[in-house]
Amino acid sequence: MDEKAMERTLSRMAHEMVERNKDIEHLVIIGMQTRGVKLAQRIVQKVLEIEKRPIPFGILDITLYRDDYRAKLKQPQVQVTDIPFAIDHTNIILVDDVLYTGRTVRAALDELMDFGRPQSIQLAVLIDRGHRELPIKADYVGSEVTTSQNEEISVKVKEIDGEDRVDLVELETTK
Amino acid sequence: MILSQKHLLGLKGMPRQDIDLILNHAVSFKEILERPIKKVPTLRGKTIVNLFFENSTRTRISFELAEKRLSGDTINFSANTSSMKKGETLRDTARNIEAMRIEIIVVRHPAVGVPYFLAQCTKATIINAGDGTNEHPSQALLDIFTLKEKFKELKDLRVVIIGDILHSRVARSNIWGLKTMGARVAVCGPSTLLPLEMKEFGVDVYTDLNRAIADADVLYILRLQMERQNSGLLPSLREYRERFGINKQRLKKVKPSLVILHPGPINRGLELSSEVADGEFSLILDQVTNGVAVRMAILYLLGGGDVESSGV
Repeated sequence: MDEKAMERTLSRMAHEMVERNKDIEHLVIIGMQTRGVKLAQRIVQKVLEIEKRPIPFGILDITLYRDDYRAKLKQPQVQVTDIPFAIDHTNIILVDDVLYTGRTVRAALDELMDFGRPQSIQLAVLIDRGHRELPIKADYVGSEVTTSQNEEISVKVKEIDGEDRVDLVELETTK
Repeated sequence: MILSQKHLLGLKGMPRQDIDLILNHAVSFKEILERPIKKVPTLRGKTIVNLFFENSTRTRISFELAEKRLSGDTINFSANTSSMKKGETLRDTARNIEAMRIEIIVVRHPAVGVPYFLAQCTKATIINAGDGTNEHPSQALLDIFTLKEKFKELKDLRVVIIGDILHSRVARSNIWGLKTMGARVAVCGPSTLLPLEMKEFGVDVYTDLNRAIADADVLYILRLQMERQNSGLLPSLREYRERFGINKQRLKKVKPSLVILHPGPINRGLELSSEVADGEFSLILDQVTNGVAVRMAILYLLGGGDVESSGV
């Protein structure tokens, strides 16, 4: 997926969100660190262009809610969570780049529940690559990609990586 | 992203990247303290014992809060209600605690080196919460964090530590940590309370307070430790206050950006006047708030991972 394709995909997803949430009054968008945040910001911008109304935007870092803290010798860097509004009674759209096992989303749901009681949570992902380990499904999908487990989806965004690209890369087997 | 050591024993010799890692994490943890539910599940199932052989309010509560905010299970131990009174040795106490499958020990002890000893004779992760006159690393890290919040960059920042340097573990940890961060450190106090080795640490030594604070960015005021002043090192408390006490009068010719730190508890009206302690220069309560965030960062970075279950 190149820059143009990503742009079109995000536009389509933004339209779907507006269509599905007719009244966007209680709609908020929360991006998941790191690349989900950048994608979420673009979606917020697109919704603004469509509806001429800004919607609140937050950032979520799920590191402290991961289920593999005990198993890892290396702790991932904890990043900033910044949700500058109360999430009670809101309809949240959670945005991430890749949906894989579903464990990250599980962590995000648990964390959001500690912030309050939203009316609903929907999930938007740029790429759904399958191999779910938990009963989790996305409401908005940019693109479904069939992958094998020794492959990885590399999502690049301009703000961080200098370009917009999605690639399927084969992992080097270490064993 | 990992600390280079398994324990937090002291800041002497701790690499800059470890300090940065802890400080960066503390920024994220500080945000948790502002949430409606001030708790994350990260240390769930980990057991931490706070082994305090010396009195403490701030440090113990701060560690306990940090542990609870990370969902760790916390056990408090204080020496005067324990079997130490029955003559149990430190090694036996530690071994027994370890036999109860405790993963992290936070220890404060009046003797220098106790945390190092525990690190050798148990498998638990040890966090030094103050050993004698040697080190108090979590205090210095929260001080450095507080200064970084204020000044962003510590390089060439002029920090003057004032008071009883001789007996101060806070001073030692801060000297090591601040020097690693590139700050210029000076100490100031009565000559009987200034240890000779200070010059070897690479810090400036003053016995004249007015000269010491003239171009300072930070005054780090130590508590005069009354419990350690029975050996005749000070002629009188009044003289100490006259020569080294910080009050409004003293601060007339300082930089407008000056800040004042104090590790607490304050002897109001002795080393620091109430007016200054509660005044515009003071960051003393920020230190306390930041203490919880910094200790959460330390626990998070030391408490994770488990060699046996990682399969490495």
